[in-house]
Amino acid sequence: MSIRLGGIIAGLAITLVLVLWSLVPGVYNFVFGPPAEKPASYAFYEHGEGPAGGFSFDGPMGTWDVAQLQRGYQVYKEVCSACHSLKFVAFRNLQQLGYTEAEVDAEAASWTVPGIDQNTGEVNTRPGEPTDYFPMPFPNAIAAAAANNNAIPPDLSLMTKARHDGSNYVYSLLTGYGEPDPAKAAKVGFETPAGLYFNKHFPNVNIAMAPPLAIDGQVTYADGTNSTIPQMAEDVAAFLTWTAEPSLVERKQTGWFVLGFLLFATALAFLSYKQIWAGLKPKKS
Amino acid sequence: MSFAWAKQYEPQSTFTKWLDEKLPLPRLVYNAVGAGYPVPRNLNYMWNFGVLAGFCLMLQIVTGVILAMHYAANAQVAFGTVEHIMRNVNWGWALRYAHANGASFFFIVIYLHIFRGLFYSSYKAPREMIWLLGVVIFLLMMATAFMGYVLPWGQMSFWGAQVITGLFSAIPVVGEPLQVWLLGGFAPDNAALNRFFSLHFLMPFVIAGVVILHIWALHIPGSSNPAGVEVKQESDTVPFHPYYTSKDGFGLGVFLIAFTAMVFFLPNALGHPDNYIEANPLSTPALIVPEWYFYPFYAILRAFTGDLTIPFTGIVLIPAKLLGVIGMFGSILVWFILPWLDKSPVRSGHYRPLFNKFFWFGLIPTMAALFYLGGAHAEEPYIMLSQIFTAYYFMHFLVILPIISQIEVPKPLPFSITEAVLGKDTPAEAPRTGTAATGDAGTLPDGSLQPAE
Repeated sequence: MSIRLGGIIAGLAITLVLVLWSLVPGVYNFVFGPPAEKPASYAFYEHGEGPAGGFSFDGPMGTWDVAQLQRGYQVYKEVCSACHSLKFVAFRNLQQLGYTEAEVDAEAASWTVPGIDQNTGEVNTRPGEPTDYFPMPFPNAIAAAAANNNAIPPDLSLMTKARHDGSNYVYSLLTGYGEPDPAKAAKVGFETPAGLYFNKHFPNVNIAMAPPLAIDGQVTYADGTNSTIPQMAEDVAAFLTWTAEPSLVERKQTGWFVLGFLLFATALAFLSYKQIWAGLKPKKS
Repeated sequence: MSFAWAKQYEPQSTFTKWLDEKLPLPRLVYNAVGAGYPVPRNLNYMWNFGVLAGFCLMLQIVTGVILAMHYAANAQVAFGTVEHIMRNVNWGWALRYAHANGASFFFIVIYLHIFRGLFYSSYKAPREMIWLLGVVIFLLMMATAFMGYVLPWGQMSFWGAQVITGLFSAIPVVGEPLQVWLLGGFAPDNAALNRFFSLHFLMPFVIAGVVILHIWALHIPGSSNPAGVEVKQESDTVPFHPYYTSKDGFGLGVFLIAFTAMVFFLPNALGHPDNYIEANPLSTPALIVPEWYFYPFYAILRAFTGDLTIPFTGIVLIPAKLLGVIGMFGSILVWFILPWLDKSPVRSGHYRPLFNKFFWFGLIPTMAALFYLGGAHAEEPYIMLSQIFTAYYFMHFLVILPIISQIEVPKPLPFSITEAVLGKDTPAEAPRTGTAATGDAGTLPDGSLQPAE
């Protein structure tokens, strides 16, 4: 009995403290206090959508569009790589994008990576090899910040996994630059600070990155595809989805095999369960 | 334990006879999960989750030990070694996704197992010890899961470690030095990561040890059952093997289908994108949340927003942070006295009309709401709602259960498990005699009613 009595007293005490000291002041503030302030930029944020028709790798049956990944790689190489690293990806991984071994060798050699002079031990640079990882565009974080108005360009290897709905986020961010609605901006006194750029799909709408894809035709695609801004954005978003998870398609395909096996095994397990119990279990009358 | 009619292990070959004399391991298995363990014949699918939880523990240990071969617990490289596992280790991505989702599914299974225990009052005499050991396992699991989430050394790992160890700083006087001692520094860094890895590797084996005690304690009174009346006669039970091994085999198949669907098609859906950003002490994420399975307790922690003061004097008796910590730990510690709070002699919720209503319309919506609120931003109306549901949570266990167990009129119980299954029992089989004095609960005439205190 004493445990129950103690429990009731403790329960009432906790409830009393919670209600009188936390809930009541909270409700009072909510009803009579000033409304919660939100930054003016909230009014301009729009949730970004992915490309029309979605990506080829979307959904449980999704697969890579290898030509698209190659185009996306070209956009990364010619545009993004000026500021953004890709430190978890090696040149050898490019073979997965449909390049032959010789093409990967040539592609790696077209990049300059840090090296060491074999005779003197001095630090120098050399052409990349397939086993090398993509080089860092800046020697260190301070240099990166100094060259970019104090904003360090993030590594892109995992970008599409590091943002909610990442592939669509990257696409919408790259196509979300523009100007805020002037009438609305004047009304709330909103102005994009100097050195930042308005982007309606960036969480606080002011982004330090200048529009990387500024004009149609910025990249001349090797396969002749018309390089509009949305096309380039979609291609590089697909490429970054691959860098974030090279095993994505392998994972889904393995999944179907595993599920197929398990459905079969579970059906057998169910039948054996029913058979074993059959003799025992007359139905409830 | 065994009922008198339990089958006995009989070694057949010369070798098994020899082994049975020297080390009767097959006999142990036979009596634990074989034909030698008589189990109530009326268990429903809710009784599958104990075996599934054991499977989850083994899955986590196997995947975890292999992952540890490729991981390095060093703040400089930990994040990179996880990516190394994902990209360069053969099937590393599958192992890591299985381990990460395995933790989530372990908690899903455990929550359903606890839910079963709460509804069918599995915590009541004579099974209190099984319940208490179960709560210990749950607490150990929480610590293990928390430390495991720190290991990838992403943003949520780092800030989660900061927030959770920060809870200890709420303890008066010794709190701040205690936090520094736990972390091995003023903020989470290499020292914290190393000890978390060491403990994360150790704890699953501690859990496995307590699981053995949990199962041992189970085999003394035997399994509970949905009717809540105790086993009286042979017709009430079936041997664990092959009856429940086959049923558990089917349950395991269904579990694996759900589990692999997540691992192979939505492996990151239960995680947080911020943890794919490397830990950065200089950049605080917009919303710091633990993994989803801690949400109810996180909601309770954050519900206490006001210091306990003496009104109109401004003297703070207990700061809000400490109240939150007390509330959060208290919400689990209260389970330790649950067997003595709910003194209703009837076990199954099916025969307890009042309990049934409070369970389905009180506790279950409260848990659902706390799960949602724990992941929400700390702003109104979420704070108010967490406060209301936190209050109900404590009221339910500490006030409502003791009172309804006193005033409730239970529905008539079936005479036996056989009657519950078949609708009738053979009158020829009279109940074996037993008295409250001998404490032989299973042989009381009514089979289930325990003497009140």
